[in-house]
Amino acid sequence: MITDISLYEVLTVTTLLFFIGVYGFITRKNLISMLISVELILNASVLNFVFFNQYLYPEMLQGAIFSIFIIAVAAAETALAVAIIINLYRKISSVEVADVENMKY
Amino acid sequence: MDISHTLLIPLIPLLIFLVLGVFYNKIKPIVSGYVGVLGMLVSFGLSVYTAYQYFLVNGQIDGVYQSISQKTVWMRFTDTLHIDMGVLIDPISVMMLVVVSTISLMVQIYSRGYMKGDSGYTKFFAYLSLFTFSMFGLVLATNLFQIYIFWELVGVSSFLLIGYYYTKPSAVAAAKKAFIVTRFADFGFLIGILIIGYYTGTYDFETLNQPDGAAILSWTSGSFMGLSILTWALILIFIGGAGKSAMFPLHIWLPDAMEGPTPVSALIHAATMVVAGVFLVARLFPMYYFVENGFALQVVAYVGAFSALFAAVIAVTQTDIKRVLAFSTMSQLGYMMLALGVSGYEGHEGVGYTASMFHLFTHAMFKALLFLGAGSVIHAVHSNYLKDMGGLRKFMPLTNITFLVAALAISGVPPLAGFWSKDEILVAAFEQNKLIYLVGVLVAGLTAFYIFRIYFGIFWGKETQYKHPPQESPASMTIPLVILAFLSIVVGFIPFSEFISADKTGFEGHLNYPLAAIATAVGLIGIGLAFVFYKKENDLSDRFVHAFGQFYTWTFHKFYFDELYLFITKKILFKNVSYPIAYFDKKYVDGSMEGIGNKTVWLSEKIKKIQSGRLQDYAFAFVSGVVVLALIFVYFLKN
Amino acid sequence: MERILFYLLSIIILIFAISAVSSRKMLRSVIYLLFVLCAIAGLYFMADYNFLAAVQLTVYAGGIVVLMIFSVMLVHHIDMEMEVAGKTKQALTAALCLSGVVVFLIAIYQHPFAIVPTQNTITVAEVGTLLLGYQAGGFILPFEVISVLLLAVMIGGIVIAKAGKKPQEKTPKS
Repeated sequence: MITDISLYEVLTVTTLLFFIGVYGFITRKNLISMLISVELILNASVLNFVFFNQYLYPEMLQGAIFSIFIIAVAAAETALAVAIIINLYRKISSVEVADVENMKY
Repeated sequence: MDISHTLLIPLIPLLIFLVLGVFYNKIKPIVSGYVGVLGMLVSFGLSVYTAYQYFLVNGQIDGVYQSISQKTVWMRFTDTLHIDMGVLIDPISVMMLVVVSTISLMVQIYSRGYMKGDSGYTKFFAYLSLFTFSMFGLVLATNLFQIYIFWELVGVSSFLLIGYYYTKPSAVAAAKKAFIVTRFADFGFLIGILIIGYYTGTYDFETLNQPDGAAILSWTSGSFMGLSILTWALILIFIGGAGKSAMFPLHIWLPDAMEGPTPVSALIHAATMVVAGVFLVARLFPMYYFVENGFALQVVAYVGAFSALFAAVIAVTQTDIKRVLAFSTMSQLGYMMLALGVSGYEGHEGVGYTASMFHLFTHAMFKALLFLGAGSVIHAVHSNYLKDMGGLRKFMPLTNITFLVAALAISGVPPLAGFWSKDEILVAAFEQNKLIYLVGVLVAGLTAFYIFRIYFGIFWGKETQYKHPPQESPASMTIPLVILAFLSIVVGFIPFSEFISADKTGFEGHLNYPLAAIATAVGLIGIGLAFVFYKKENDLSDRFVHAFGQFYTWTFHKFYFDELYLFITKKILFKNVSYPIAYFDKKYVDGSMEGIGNKTVWLSEKIKKIQSGRLQDYAFAFVSGVVVLALIFVYFLKN
Repeated sequence: MERILFYLLSIIILIFAISAVSSRKMLRSVIYLLFVLCAIAGLYFMADYNFLAAVQLTVYAGGIVVLMIFSVMLVHHIDMEMEVAGKTKQALTAALCLSGVVVFLIAIYQHPFAIVPTQNTITVAEVGTLLLGYQAGGFILPFEVISVLLLAVMIGGIVIAKAGKKPQEKTPKS
């Protein structure tokens, strides 16, 4: 734990970070910006994992391990998303969400 | 006696139907013809083997032919009332097996020549196989419901085959007419079946037909309008049979059914399917005889006698040879019904029953022969009408001879097949009911007259000039003719009464010489008249027509029965009942359904916009849901 | 001292996060994201999760952000202005997020956490032993699954990014 800092303060920060990510995810119209927002959301949850581990069960390591897994998955997801974005750009010369609406059919 | 092989008899045609139906486009016509004929040959062999085993080897126990059945319960209602599926072997079903398989085989061989070059060759053989399967199933049925199922199946195959030339509007109309009229009759049949099931508690033939069994004795239990309920049921079942067998007044479909290919007319509308009605009455004969002292049987006798006379009179005036034969069939079916109607039950009393089955058997042979012969003629001159024919004996010698044999057989000239069976019918009628006997004799004379009228009209008469000289038909068509002609000559010598009788014990049949002499004389008079009228072209017949005047016109138009039915259905039924119902159906039933549909479409148009396909809109909804759920869990469901 | 440091890092995180999701220039938002990630790594250091902080810096700041910059460079002009959602939608979303924050914070502050006041520094060796441990509580199986996932993603990324090229290569030949 961090001296003098309560868990509530940490959680306040992560909650705010999480909802900033959600806000970005909903309002941005660009695939890359959406990806950035997703990273923010993921980081908020990773922080939660870490600090819950640290404050509540300091003798265990599960939180840290899961954080590593989340980072790995986030990296994988980003790599794939970038591949898709590039391919899409090559096809329709745009990465705006509105332009790929016809994918729903 | 082991009867498990009889199960194969209907299953082989079914298999052929499926194969030909499934590989309809893949099979070459010639192959499908051979497949059909070979399959029929196997069924025929099995049928004959069954008949041999049953009648001559081990069908009897203590001089009584046994009913042997193999069945499984299919639908169970109560302990006694259940619908079975299986085969029932007794004298009449074995006899019918032989008839159906023989005629089917002959017709299939014949069709290979007759239908050659037709675009629906494979389809035709598939339908024929379907029909044969259904007919076998009908014959072998163990209970009323099974017979009803196959009854409808033969109806369907008959419908398909009448409408075989489906590009011809008249053929389509005829198929529709046949189906509707027989369906209408089958409605009576179905109600009869249900009544029997309700009052006797069983559908099984063996249980129903025990002369002193509970089923028959239960006729006293209920009555309706002065008659026993069971009598009503039997009359309703007879209506079903009358529809199939073209009894008056449900006969109107049979002449029109001649729109089908001629082999079909020979197989279905002369030899096999139309006798299903006779077979049905014979199948339930003990019930008809014992319930209420045979009241229903009286109905059968009078309807049969009237139909026989009525059809024979019409047949005299028709000019389409197939229609003459159709009315002749109807007349002969009336004969069979009449014979059943005057039959007793025990020993020699049951001569009518035997005679009916005997006539069914012989009639199948010579009527099929007549139709196939007519088909051969039609094949050669491409017309159905007498006016386009004449003098054909020089061109088609084989057809001429076989047709003559069949004509003599149906006229009751000894010693051909028709003589023996017709004589027995007349004996039975003479012993029971003199009026019916007189009708029978009259019909015998008329039959001889009209059949020789078309015989002379086709093969003698005026020397028509043909554009293309007609040729004798190919061997595939003449071989069945010769075989059937041979059968028409010899089958009369089968001692039928020893094999088939109402009480299954058999009796010694003997000729009643005075009656036989009268019948033969009447037949010969009919032939003689026809000879005088039509052997050479002359105006005798026209003068006769003028003498009869109005009556001839009526007869020529079949007593305006078609018009009467049309009037009743179109002007009265359709106008006053069907149209209001149809209006109600369209306006309110359909309307409400469509209203629901339209409203659904309207609503979905409205809510479609929610499904924008944009991920972010969905994310928005998702997060809102999460927040709302969190709110609920934090504030309202804390404890 | 640590308190000041924590608040400083928190403010950096929040301000740059807001900038990242509201900047209209693509490249800038990625850079803002980089700052957020670095500040988060700082928080890990403060919590004595040195290994995790290192991973955060290398994988996120070093890998993912670079990848994103690449894709931005490939599909955008640097000075291109991005579209954002309409005002109504922004307001709605902001309201939703604010209410979410309120609800969540109330929930958090109402909950009494059983805090264990011990300081525990984690070494890389401990993490590695647990990650590759096959005894009870070991993470060898998820670890393998993650490795397979990464392999699949590598192949998938190549296939997807290459897919559009094929027809273009063929046409000049024929």
